Amino acid sequence: MSDVEAPAVLDPAIRFTPRVLLAAAGLALLTAAPFLASEYWINAIVVPFLILSLAGLGLNLLTGYAGQMSLGAGAFMMVGAYATFAFQLRVPELPLPLALILAGVIAGATGLVFGIPSTRIKGFYLIVSTLAAQFFFEWLFLKFPWFYNGNSSATISLPGGLSIFGISAENPHGRYFLTLATVALLTILSFNLVRGQTGRNWMAIRDMDTAAAVIGVPIVRSKLEAFAVSSFILGIAGALWAFAYLGSASVQSFGLTRSYQILFIIIIGGLGTIRGAFYGAFFVSLLPLALDWLFQHLLGGQIDAGLLQNIQKAIFGLLIIGFLIREPEGLARLIGWKAAAPIRNPFSRSRTRR
Amino acid sequence: MTLEAPTPQQPDLVLEVSGVSLSFNGVKAISDLSFKVAQGEICALIGPNGAGKSSLLNILNGVYVPDQGEIVFAGEHFRRMHPLEAARRGIGRGFQNNALFRGMSVIDNVIAGLSRRQTASLVEEALLLPRARRQERAFRDRARAVLALFGLEAVAETTVSSLPYGVQKKVEIARAIVAEPKLLLLDEPLAGMNAGEKQEIAAAIARLNRDLGLTIVLIEHDIGIVLKLAHHVVVLDYGRKLADGAPDTIRDNPDVIAAYLGKQTSERAA
Repeated sequence: MSDVEAPAVLDPAIRFTPRVLLAAAGLALLTAAPFLASEYWINAIVVPFLILSLAGLGLNLLTGYAGQMSLGAGAFMMVGAYATFAFQLRVPELPLPLALILAGVIAGATGLVFGIPSTRIKGFYLIVSTLAAQFFFEWLFLKFPWFYNGNSSATISLPGGLSIFGISAENPHGRYFLTLATVALLTILSFNLVRGQTGRNWMAIRDMDTAAAVIGVPIVRSKLEAFAVSSFILGIAGALWAFAYLGSASVQSFGLTRSYQILFIIIIGGLGTIRGAFYGAFFVSLLPLALDWLFQHLLGGQIDAGLLQNIQKAIFGLLIIGFLIREPEGLARLIGWKAAAPIRNPFSRSRTRR
Repeated sequence: MTLEAPTPQQPDLVLEVSGVSLSFNGVKAISDLSFKVAQGEICALIGPNGAGKSSLLNILNGVYVPDQGEIVFAGEHFRRMHPLEAARRGIGRGFQNNALFRGMSVIDNVIAGLSRRQTASLVEEALLLPRARRQERAFRDRARAVLALFGLEAVAETTVSSLPYGVQKKVEIARAIVAEPKLLLLDEPLAGMNAGEKQEIAAAIARLNRDLGLTIVLIEHDIGIVLKLAHHVVVLDYGRKLADGAPDTIRDNPDVIAAYLGKQTSERAA
């Protein structure tokens, strides 16, 4: 029965669909961006947007694809940042790209360890376990001066600055292109993963883990792989956040607020889609700016600036709630080229038939 | 359907359940159940709701652990099965209420059933190395061939949750057989369908059995179809075996009639 002829399609991973062409156009625009936009825009908006997208992508592999909930995104970003710092400080001959990869591997291994409870527990209990990672690493990296090299302010920054194979990237374009290249590469790798058997295993576990086990999906291995890959990407995103965006970072840069932010990004953007992380990061980075601009123009000078900021935060929160009520499956479904699959939001309480 | 081929005299056993008992919090779901399934037969498990039929299938592929008893599958003895182990050894399974991966396309659902054939590692898949490409192509070809058996080629890329129930049932059977199991367990494959759909699925099951020589254990309530489709019928009631034999012997068995029509049977032990 295997002699039934299959339609001659190219390997789906390399087919030139409109989607791929659009992505290519987007990439071209991103390449030209630093020559079109001001330095402020690149440094303060585009670079953090790209890094947050990457972090969202990392968490989305775990939560959106494999269905494992996590509030430890900040922790794994922290591990990546501190590991990169340690490599650059103590093994200066190691080039930055390699240090980033190794830091990602360390973050991935960390994620794997904190993912072990997922083989036994799920849902809210798993959140608690990932929250433990968050508090543990905040404590660890503050407690032992070795991690921040005894710096009096307990912050980390690259000793030799951002430098790739001896070429300094310590300038707006350098930071931007380092970030862009890393994000693009990891996005492509993630895309390949979720289109392959690894991604199918993850989604099978997310959609119905009992059935997945019974048809032969290796549940334990797949869950741990999801934690490792997700944390690998988050670790690299954390290193970029610390050294390509902030310049110098501390544990506060990766606190629980960061974990929540990354989680909001994927919920708003769309769970279980690659592009969702980018939409979500766009929303989270640009909406506050838009609100700020709007308020400055409408109410500037009439209301106290501090109060204005708080009102903006409240409105931002309301917009998120309102948006999620209207479109619980996120921007990816709203903007999708073809109707995306209805994926059960693991955070909503409504349950489908068991 | 003309499938009256009786079980061979000296059957090659695929499955032997012996003395299996299962209870939930002290309530007996299955008591001391034994039966045999021969190579290449369709064995139907019938009985009223709550007779322990689904529980039995769950024991066979390791979702439940029996309190007592033993399972012999393909010559090997098991105190219990583990779900992954059962799948690796070739036990396929379809569920009562479709347990498809609703966010995935039809073909991805079917390919998920090939997980145990996975050879490419995660890194190979991320980098699209030759082994990953070859695996993906082989999986797609295999899945398409199986979808073709059920006439599902046209919906291959459709998200499974958007399809009608009857089509989903077929996808589920396709997913269960894609990895070429030695034994296929189907839990009410015809439930919730109209007469036409029932005939269609029953014919598909008979084809799988005849053309691929697939041994099938299925649970079904539609006695008319069961008597035509099955070579061997095991009747359960209150977790006990009430009758076991060829369809025509079952049809006239007074105990079976009593269980179905609710007549008093004095022998029923408490």
